[in-house]
Amino acid sequence: MSAPPAPRPPLWREEFPIREDEERYVTRRQFSRFLVLTSLGMFVGNVWILAKTWFRKEPAAVEARIAGASALAIGESTVFEYPAPGEPCLLIRTRDDRFVAFSQKCTHLSCAVVYSKERDRIECPCHLGFFSARDGRVLQGPPPRPLPRVLLERRGDDLYAVGLAGPEDGA
Amino acid sequence: MSQDKRSPAINGALGMIVLLIVAQMWLLTATLEAYLAGHHDAAVPGAIVSGVLFLACGALALFIGRVDRSVRKERERAISSRS
Repeated sequence: MSAPPAPRPPLWREEFPIREDEERYVTRRQFSRFLVLTSLGMFVGNVWILAKTWFRKEPAAVEARIAGASALAIGESTVFEYPAPGEPCLLIRTRDDRFVAFSQKCTHLSCAVVYSKERDRIECPCHLGFFSARDGRVLQGPPPRPLPRVLLERRGDDLYAVGLAGPEDGA
Repeated sequence: MSQDKRSPAINGALGMIVLLIVAQMWLLTATLEAYLAGHHDAAVPGAIVSGVLFLACGALALFIGRVDRSVRKERERAISSRS
C-alpha cells in the first residue's frame, strides 16, 4: 500500500513563495552593511564641513554708524542691526567712555538676549543662559559658545560698528 | 578558525563597528561645534580621522562578510551530506 501523495500547495503559495519571517530576517552581513552606510554618512558630514571651511568667503568688512549711541545713559542698552538688516545686535554703555556690542542671537537656539542692568549680565529668557556683559562669554546655562562680539570704533561723537570679532579675538 | 569560534568573532567585529560609529558620531558633533564657533582648524583632522574610522568599519564589514559566508557554506555542505 503506497503513501498518499503530498497535498499540492495552494496557488497563492506558488505565486508568492517568500515567507514573511524570511523576508524580515536581517543577516549579520546586511546589518554590518547598514552600519558601514551609517559610517559613510558621518564621513560625508565631516567632508561637508571641510568643504564649507575651504570654500567659505570672508565677510566683507562693513561699517555702520550706530544711531543714538551717544544719547545712551550708562548701564542702558539699545538694539541695532549689523552687519545686515535683520541681524540684531545689542549695544551696552558700561561706562561713560566704554561701549560693548554683541549679536543679540543666543548661541543656544537664537532667542533674543537682553541686558540686565541690575546683574550686569546679558540674559537669554528662553532657557536662562547668561553671558558676561564685558566679553560675551557664557556664565551659566545651555549656550555652548560666547556671543559674537561686534567691534566698535569711536569717531568724534559717533559710534561705528566696524566688524565682528573672531574666536581668536577673545569674543 | 573553527565554526564555534567564528560566531563570537563576527559578534565582536559587529561590536567594534558600533564602537567606531559612536566615536565617529562624537567626532562629527565636535567638529561641527568647533566650526560653528569659528574654529576652522578642526575640519581637516576631523575629516581625516572620520575617513580612517570609515575605512576601519568597511574592513570589519568585509571580515564579517567573509567569515559569515564560509560559515553558511559549511552549514549547507553539512545539511546536504546528511540528506
